[in-house]
Amino acid sequence: MARPAGEIMPHSIVVENVSKRYQLGEPRHTMLREALMGAFRTLIGKKKAPSSQEVLWALDGISFEVERGEVIGLIGRNGAGKSTLLKVLSRITYPNSGRVDVNGRVGSLLEVGTGFHDELTGRENIFLNGSILGMRKREIETALDKIVEFADIGGFLDTPIKRYSSGMRMRLGFSVAAHLSTDVLFVDEVLAVGDAPFQKKCLGAMRELSDGGRTVVFVSHNMAAVENLCKRTIWIANGKIVQDGDTREVIRAYLNSFESSDRQTLDLAAVRERKGTGHVRFLKMEFLNENGGAERVIHSGGALRIRFHYECDRDIPNLHFGLQLYSNLGVLVSEIHTDSTKQAIELAPKGKGCIDLEIDFLNLMPGTYYAGLFAATWHEYQDWLENVARIEIEPSDFYGTGRGVEARFGLVFFPFRWSVPDLSFSDAAETSAVTPVSIPFQRNGHQWNGTGRNGTLSSR
Amino acid sequence: MNAKWLSELWRYRELAYFFAWRDVKVRYKQAALGAAWAVLQPLLTMVLFTLFFGRLARIPSDGVPYPLFSYSALLLWTYFAAVLGQGGQSLVANSNLITKVYFPRLALPASVALSGLLDFVIGVGFLVILMVYYGIHPGWPLLLAPVFLLGLVLFTLGASLFLASLSVRYRDIKYAAPFLIQMWLFVTPVIYPTTMLPERLQTVMAVNPLAGVVEGFRACLFSGRLPDPLLTGVSLTTAVVVFVIGLTYFRKTERAFADVI
Repeated sequence: MARPAGEIMPHSIVVENVSKRYQLGEPRHTMLREALMGAFRTLIGKKKAPSSQEVLWALDGISFEVERGEVIGLIGRNGAGKSTLLKVLSRITYPNSGRVDVNGRVGSLLEVGTGFHDELTGRENIFLNGSILGMRKREIETALDKIVEFADIGGFLDTPIKRYSSGMRMRLGFSVAAHLSTDVLFVDEVLAVGDAPFQKKCLGAMRELSDGGRTVVFVSHNMAAVENLCKRTIWIANGKIVQDGDTREVIRAYLNSFESSDRQTLDLAAVRERKGTGHVRFLKMEFLNENGGAERVIHSGGALRIRFHYECDRDIPNLHFGLQLYSNLGVLVSEIHTDSTKQAIELAPKGKGCIDLEIDFLNLMPGTYYAGLFAATWHEYQDWLENVARIEIEPSDFYGTGRGVEARFGLVFFPFRWSVPDLSFSDAAETSAVTPVSIPFQRNGHQWNGTGRNGTLSSR
Repeated sequence: MNAKWLSELWRYRELAYFFAWRDVKVRYKQAALGAAWAVLQPLLTMVLFTLFFGRLARIPSDGVPYPLFSYSALLLWTYFAAVLGQGGQSLVANSNLITKVYFPRLALPASVALSGLLDFVIGVGFLVILMVYYGIHPGWPLLLAPVFLLGLVLFTLGASLFLASLSVRYRDIKYAAPFLIQMWLFVTPVIYPTTMLPERLQTVMAVNPLAGVVEGFRACLFSGRLPDPLLTGVSLTTAVVVFVIGLTYFRKTERAFADVI
């Protein structure tokens, strides 16, 4: 961040060339036996050659400064290093190199309701949780009424929380955290939970927390929330800072980094951020129309065929595929997988293959969506690419009225019609007010099609 | 660095208290007999020991009634066994906290040592009743008893700090510790007095901090005489050494807890 020369601002957070590495694969001597064997080998001079285990640089030379009272967003794909950075900042874990300086009392909120105990009552858990988050007993006592009011748990304050619904538990957890009175606050994706009204309430509380002159670092996949709360945002990928600056600009650049559906064919072979064993690798993904031709524009309410090309490095039995569709706020709209329709590929032979996903009726509102995809066997991901594609869904005149379906009407739409019931001949109480939908609607919304020769599921 | 660490510990002292408070609350929730278990555990063991070792095996008890002889030692022993068992697992059992929030990790094993004291105090209540029943009047050496209690706490905490950080890396500790604790009972003068052993072995036994603690505590309570200085000196020194080693090892490894656990 460029600052006018000569101006001295007290820094709240200074991060200097911080790196953190994790070793992959090698189990970290969880058995004493291995350690003893290792010691024995050293004794008799037969040192085991250090295995060329893979090293993951979760953070790789990160530097930035945050001024007192600044609220900054931290964005990036899953596995980019955001959470690791937050853990390093809050001293849960330590970097392998570099320097981290945080001034003032620190509170970190990496999870709602950390340390809640089922057997204890709501009141008892407020004290326990608050104390774990670093609050003094006196502070908790002072804030108790406000916490209870915010959590809206009514008469359940003295009931063990094992009797709480998951919603109440979350409200209680967030409520305690919202009353943390630390100078610096690290928050990780807490708004991704709860229903819409509660999310709104949390956002309001976050706003208040950040308006109070506190320094806040806020990690989220919810771009709307980041934009709402933070002036400045840092985008991280592969453990490095890609961009650091004005939130709007950074978010735009970040979203543009996704491969987009208007390219018609997405090259997936080069994507680095992927999980799974790697025995299967997605190569590319093609957007097709009903007739199998290339499709550039995807319409609300239209049909869609996506072809996934992949490669196996061995014969793989019972291979499943799935597509995860997210809204631009990071809400999972739908996970579509071969298991629902029992259409796994029985045996995917070594080499290249492809599979088609056909969606007959794409009842999503126009807007930007993000897709993740995976190939998996029974209990293992073979290849998993999270948020790898951006899908633009264009408006359409679905109802044939010229009104169209618009993004501001929500996430999904469906065939409907309104009617006025005729109540003049029968008792009103016995009459159904809504008559059945008469717009034709295909029940098989989507289906997976292996493109084998004889139409059965097999891999090419 | 050390001063900073100490001030941090001080700032989080309430947390250790809250962990201890949680453990106590949870331990006796939905238990019909509640805190009575703090007395029942050493009491029932005392009854068994009196029957088998006092009556049947006729093990001497330094002139003190055997029930009193074994109960007083069992109070200390129960503290050691329970705190070491739970304290050694306290980090692993709270791994969700360790990976999600910062606090001085020492607060977890320390809270176990703290909550164990409550059971100890309840148990002492019954000890007083027993002493009145047997008509035992402790003399002024009673004032020295807290010294042995301090030795007990230091040794137990030191050992559980060591085991706790070791179990973060090696889950084997979970299986080895109960066995180790069980063995320890037999090299500690709970069932028998140290005076039953040959002279040579008595000196060896002094290396076990619990030996000096148990014998010293009993001497303060029942004999009206000062405890054996050699046994006491060696045992308490060992207790302090164990505490320092445990704390040092804990401090050395605690930075990696969240990564390894």
